[in-house]
Amino acid sequence: MIKRFIDRAGWPRIIIALFLLGLFIAAPFVGVRVDTSLSNTLVRFGMNGVMVLAMIPMVEAGCGLNFGLPLGIIAGLLGATLSLEWNDEILAYLIEMGLRYKISWLTDTFVMNWREPLGFASAIIIAIPIAAILGWFYGKLLNRVKGDEMMIATYVGFSSVSFMCIAWLLLPYKHPTMVWGYAGKGLRTTISVEGYWLHVLSDALAIDINTENIHLYIPTGMLIFFAVMAFLVWVFMRTKTGTAMTAVGSNPDFARASGVNVDKMRTIAVVMSTVLGAIGIIVYEQSFGFIQLYMGPFYMALPAVASILLGGASVNKAGILNVIVGTFLFQGILTMTPSVINSYLQTDMSEVIRLIVSNGMILYALTRKVRAGR
Amino acid sequence: MSENTPLIRLDHIGKEFYGNRVLSDISFDINAGEIIGLVGENGAGKSTLLNILFGMPVISSTGGHEGSIYIDGKYVNFTSPNQALAYGIGMVHQEFSLIPGFTATENILLNREVLNGSSMSYVFSDRVSTLNREAMNERASAAIHTLGVNINPDMAVSEMPVGYKQFIEIAREIDRKNTRLLFLDEPTAVLAESEAEILIAALKKLARSGIAIVFISHRLSEVKELCHRILVLRDGRLITDRNAEELTMRQIASFMVGRESERREVPQEAVQQEEAPDETQTLDGTSAPSVKKKKKKIRPALKVEHLWVDMPGETVRDVSFEVMKGEIFGIGGLAGHGKLGIPNGIMGLYPSGGKVRLFGKTLTLNKPRAALGRKMAFVSEDRRGVGLLLDEPLDWNITFTAMQTQGRFLLGIPYIFQIRNEYAMRKEAQKYIDRLSIKCTGPQQHAGELSGGNQQKVCLAKAFVLRPDILLICEPTRGIDIGAKTLVLDTIREYNKEHGTTIIITSSELEELRSVCNRVAIVDSGRIAGILPASSPAEDFGMLMTGQAANNNEDEEEVKESA
Repeated sequence: MIKRFIDRAGWPRIIIALFLLGLFIAAPFVGVRVDTSLSNTLVRFGMNGVMVLAMIPMVEAGCGLNFGLPLGIIAGLLGATLSLEWNDEILAYLIEMGLRYKISWLTDTFVMNWREPLGFASAIIIAIPIAAILGWFYGKLLNRVKGDEMMIATYVGFSSVSFMCIAWLLLPYKHPTMVWGYAGKGLRTTISVEGYWLHVLSDALAIDINTENIHLYIPTGMLIFFAVMAFLVWVFMRTKTGTAMTAVGSNPDFARASGVNVDKMRTIAVVMSTVLGAIGIIVYEQSFGFIQLYMGPFYMALPAVASILLGGASVNKAGILNVIVGTFLFQGILTMTPSVINSYLQTDMSEVIRLIVSNGMILYALTRKVRAGR
Repeated sequence: MSENTPLIRLDHIGKEFYGNRVLSDISFDINAGEIIGLVGENGAGKSTLLNILFGMPVISSTGGHEGSIYIDGKYVNFTSPNQALAYGIGMVHQEFSLIPGFTATENILLNREVLNGSSMSYVFSDRVSTLNREAMNERASAAIHTLGVNINPDMAVSEMPVGYKQFIEIAREIDRKNTRLLFLDEPTAVLAESEAEILIAALKKLARSGIAIVFISHRLSEVKELCHRILVLRDGRLITDRNAEELTMRQIASFMVGRESERREVPQEAVQQEEAPDETQTLDGTSAPSVKKKKKKIRPALKVEHLWVDMPGETVRDVSFEVMKGEIFGIGGLAGHGKLGIPNGIMGLYPSGGKVRLFGKTLTLNKPRAALGRKMAFVSEDRRGVGLLLDEPLDWNITFTAMQTQGRFLLGIPYIFQIRNEYAMRKEAQKYIDRLSIKCTGPQQHAGELSGGNQQKVCLAKAFVLRPDILLICEPTRGIDIGAKTLVLDTIREYNKEHGTTIIITSSELEELRSVCNRVAIVDSGRIAGILPASSPAEDFGMLMTGQAANNNEDEEEVKESA
């Protein structure tokens, strides 16, 4: 029974889980609160979950890990910034629609009360088509470089980020909270979403216990959102198309001989992955509070890649469970290690330790990848 | 030839690969200046014999060989090709081992370059010497000239036609001064007829200079023309070792494919039922039969006209044939002649052209989906590469194609939302596991963990699930043990009887085809050499396989002469 569990979970995950558990046990002794640490871990889990989820379709379709996630993130950033830029217009348009088509519940009070969720929804709705279009081209590109997807994907991610560095400056954004104050044009590096859709998911149905002895915050809404997305992906992978996608990843020749259009399946997977990346970053931003432009998305793919590998996925097989386990472990370690070690050393080294830990984990996860490969 | 000790003597050579016997009790001599023709079907043991003689590491790493080899009466035991080279044994392989970017000269003299002495070489050994290009060109030209061809020694190999490359390979071997025994593995396979003639003349000339040659070829006419002695291998045994003049091509062919006594019973009733209306059918043409619903009349299930397929290594040039409904049709022939290309082309897996009609209706080529949609199923020869999802459970393997092409094993509303029905998948898989007695732990086991024979059964199950009208099976018994072979063939036969499915089997094992099929087509050089009923004598098939179809008459005259 225990042996079977170990076999199924795999030693790496057990060791890391035990290490994480050890950190939680050690925390009170160095003056770190377990409850706040747990809250932090859960928040980070919710923030990053959807982006890790974005790995699944591409891995399953045999396109490797999506190192080009920044492309999806850029689509998400466009959605987020545009939703801010057009926030008033969108809300006004909704009220007008309510009047024109006599939708009784779509009144101005309703719109004003639901201003934030509507803004958030508009960010996602704007981001999805952008992500789909970018993903389609990205997919076409990856179909031409079969076998080297991950290397090419990395450079797609990097170059798209650099390209957008120019674009963020040149795009005609006007909104005063987003553009540089002195020039009146060009987007700032960090844009606050406060007053728009800050914590719309996190605070929805959130459990926030704040007493003398206990400080616990569970971002229920965000976790539910992640669960829904995970469920959708899970269902999709079980549809006819999803099954074909998995077969393409497992053996493209078999799939082709079974009448499956291999390139089409791969393109669908890449589009899905990019769209999930876009949604993922918006979820991340609503919790984080800021939209980070320019070099922000540059390294965003790596934690997601590391998480899913840590969760036990290989380069061509990944499941929802890998995402959940991997994200929790990765974010847990990332939260706990700096704070515990920091308190122990009595100096502020948290950022340094965070870098060592996160990059070390990625390194570890990527070396595991070789073993898990074909 | 000479009274002295033979150049090389093989004494009871045998070889087993992991308990699988490929050679047994081979003994023969080769004298200087003699040309020996070595013929045999694919898998007869020719390559293994060559590997032993050339000291290839495959042999020593798998436990060496039995028997002994003597060169000039001295016992030798090669463990690496370098030792064989030192004894003057040269080998020209079927695949070219030339460096494309180098010129003819550079390739011929590779690692035997003529060097200019320099002071540097005293200090740093010969590795730093410069090359004496002129002397090298001379030597290369001399070697090329010996072969009786005219190739510019400065020409880069990558720019040469295939025939030239073959000559360069041989020139390289004869440039080696001590070469006394030359093995040529199918040297004429890539040559045009005129080039082959030049090569044969060159080889005769070489033999006169005292070099012994072992010539391996499937072209019996060449073997007969060139060689002094002919050795026939079959199933790892030396069947015959006689002077070329004593043998007719027909005899050689029958020695090659032989095994008359072991022949199994052909389902004769089936042949008789179908072959009679066969001929009238072909004369009828294809327009009428689908309209008139005459139940007794058997129409061609599959009609192939001028099919070409661009499958690497198995090119099909121009193939036309008809397969009747309910028939088991075999496609045989030697490896590399295009027999595998035919089913792969029909299924749309490789670029192809021509016309394929299924029950009178034209089939869209180059689209696996179209072929599958017309109720055709395919069992690939590349079981692990194309046939299976090794990392997925058996129920996936068995039901996937049916799910994708026929929308079965799904729950929900078609075209809107459908999710796979894992329960139905498992049930169907279990049904076939029981019926074909696939040895596994259950439908959840991964296909990669099964043995070859059981994997083949999974491939068959995958095709059966499609409930095909026409089933194309490639190499059903390749790489599986004898017990599994019989099971697989019986399964195919039973399925045909039960469902009346038209089955086309492609196999390199002629005996297998003759035991299962009603008719067998033999493919040679991408064309159909002939279609014979399975009951025809084995040597007829052998003649077709070795490209002797056209020469039949000549050969018969020869028989008369010899009689």
